[in-house]
Amino acid sequence: MPDAVAPPLLRVSDLKMHFPIFKGLLRRRVGEIKAVDGISFEIRAGETLGLVGESGCGKSTAGRAILRLYQPTAGAVELEGRDIATLEGDALRALRPQMQMIFQDPQASLNPRMTVASIIGEPLLEHARMDRSARRARVDELMDQVGLNRTYANRYPHEFSGGQRQRIGIARALALNPQFIVCDEPIAALDVSIQAQVVNLLEDLQEKLGLTYLFISHDLSMVRHLATRVAVMYLGRLVEVAAREDLYDAPLHPYTQALISAVPSPDPEIEARRHRIILTGDVPSPANPPKGCSFSTRCPKVFDRCRVDDPALRDLGHGRFAACHLVEPTGQAA
Amino acid sequence: MRDGAAPVLEVSDLHTVFQTRDGAVHAVNGVSFSIAPGELLGVVGESGSGKSVTMMSLMGLLPSPPARIAGGSILYQGREVREMPAREMRALRGGEIGFVFQDPMTSLNPVFSVGYQLIEPLRAHLGLSKAAARTRAAELLGLVGIPDPQARLDDFPHQFSGGMRQRVMIALALSCDPKVLIADEPTTALDVTIQAQILELIRGLRRKLGMGIIWITHDLGLVAGIADRVMVMYAGCVVEQGPVRELFANPQHPYTIALLSTVPNVAGPRPHRLRTIEGQPPILTAPPQACPFAPRCPQVFNRCRVENPVRMRISDGHDAACWWDAATGEPRRA
Repeated sequence: MPDAVAPPLLRVSDLKMHFPIFKGLLRRRVGEIKAVDGISFEIRAGETLGLVGESGCGKSTAGRAILRLYQPTAGAVELEGRDIATLEGDALRALRPQMQMIFQDPQASLNPRMTVASIIGEPLLEHARMDRSARRARVDELMDQVGLNRTYANRYPHEFSGGQRQRIGIARALALNPQFIVCDEPIAALDVSIQAQVVNLLEDLQEKLGLTYLFISHDLSMVRHLATRVAVMYLGRLVEVAAREDLYDAPLHPYTQALISAVPSPDPEIEARRHRIILTGDVPSPANPPKGCSFSTRCPKVFDRCRVDDPALRDLGHGRFAACHLVEPTGQAA
Repeated sequence: MRDGAAPVLEVSDLHTVFQTRDGAVHAVNGVSFSIAPGELLGVVGESGSGKSVTMMSLMGLLPSPPARIAGGSILYQGREVREMPAREMRALRGGEIGFVFQDPMTSLNPVFSVGYQLIEPLRAHLGLSKAAARTRAAELLGLVGIPDPQARLDDFPHQFSGGMRQRVMIALALSCDPKVLIADEPTTALDVTIQAQILELIRGLRRKLGMGIIWITHDLGLVAGIADRVMVMYAGCVVEQGPVRELFANPQHPYTIALLSTVPNVAGPRPHRLRTIEGQPPILTAPPQACPFAPRCPQVFNRCRVENPVRMRISDGHDAACWWDAATGEPRRA
């Protein structure tokens, strides 16, 4: 458990990422997609924050904006106390080695015309002053670390299976000894038996290298396994943030409750007795979010106030946050 | 399993081979199963285990060449499907046997309205008039829970959300009152809350319409909640089959056991570390002579490497293809 008084490694405050919509002959700006609309959270060194939500909720955009793969519309991203949301040019480039990303699709994120050694070694070429043999030694070391056979260094990505390709992506992310890694659905494209292998590898590496993860996923059961704290996102906003046990044992926000109840359990006895919350309708468009609470159109507990008054994410103490009118500040669901 | 009811579909010893440039791939190796009216059979396996190919073979949906059904029999209501003339086969396909595919976007035609796509099979298979078919099409959309079905008939697939599109696919599959519905990962591309809606819909429809459903998935949790019987496939073979509660409570095959223990859960105990199945599923360039799971199996012994086990009875309706006895932890004496 990281020391509670230590400053967080990463602090995101009111981060917004809006994309303009252009229409018509003159490509006039007619609106914007509010993919991420004011999210705030902290990640402490050595922990894993799970960021969960359905497709289109803005979780991947949030991850990319934090890593400055986008220029955020507003808000601050502080890495070790330094705001990086507005950095540009060389200052930003100098920061890149500290934060890395593991992508969802290992097929699409590895250049098919580069060998494994050159893929893993590319960040070293860009950011580290290493001669050829030092670089080669580092690539070998990285391949050992992620469980890839060194003799495969001169092969191409298509010669590997999905799980092995994801290991190549992980080795590349580790090359520059980053402190912070955003894992964007790293196991979604893999088979169940391979998922477990990759998750165990991520855990081992975290323990060995003291890594901090932002683990973006729609798989709530895997997040429960991996994350120390969990943030739930809906339509560009955070609706609940809590420690793992609190969130899964007693979810406060109606959306979190519905999300957890929708995950089928691999046990027919539990399934037969289970009370399911079935939401009606689809996720609204982030270009035209509903008035008031963004979840009000699907919420089973909606009442008049929700349709006009947008609930803020409130601190309920003990590291718990929720954005719902029904949740009392004492941390009890009303 | 509903005792006494004659199976509506009975497959025995089915073999499917693909002739590729790099030689033959034996995708289905002696699969046998049956399905009774009103029963839901869950088919579980990783990608490449042959579950989709088996179902596609049944209805002659595989392009030939490269695919070839090399042996076995497929009985639909006692009639041999493999000997049916093309005309009869066409009447069966999409008529008495309905299909729902994984990706609703690629299986609906984007240039025709949803109404047109629903009306066409109704006229072709049931010989309805245009007006009657339109009324029936609207009823079907209502049945699968699409609001304002009359008006939505004239909408095109891109005007529907992913969940709604999958509902259209289900309406399409149900349009001619099928006796058997084959659903190939119908919820894999959907979010969990939308998946929960579709599952609820299928549960209801099954009670109402009494058809046999074959549900292909890689999600064991999903099967636990919806299936009556489960069939586990590996390398084109059925490795275990049984009633859902019996199979989850008392798994026999090491592959089933491993599969069950690699999946994390949103409730219940949280293991410190996920169990993995090391290695990769095999690519079968020849029919398996030994047990195809032997290279990855924790219980492997000499016999497994030389002789492919046949399916052996464990209890009523439960069988497994394994030389190892899970009850005693010893090699089977048979």
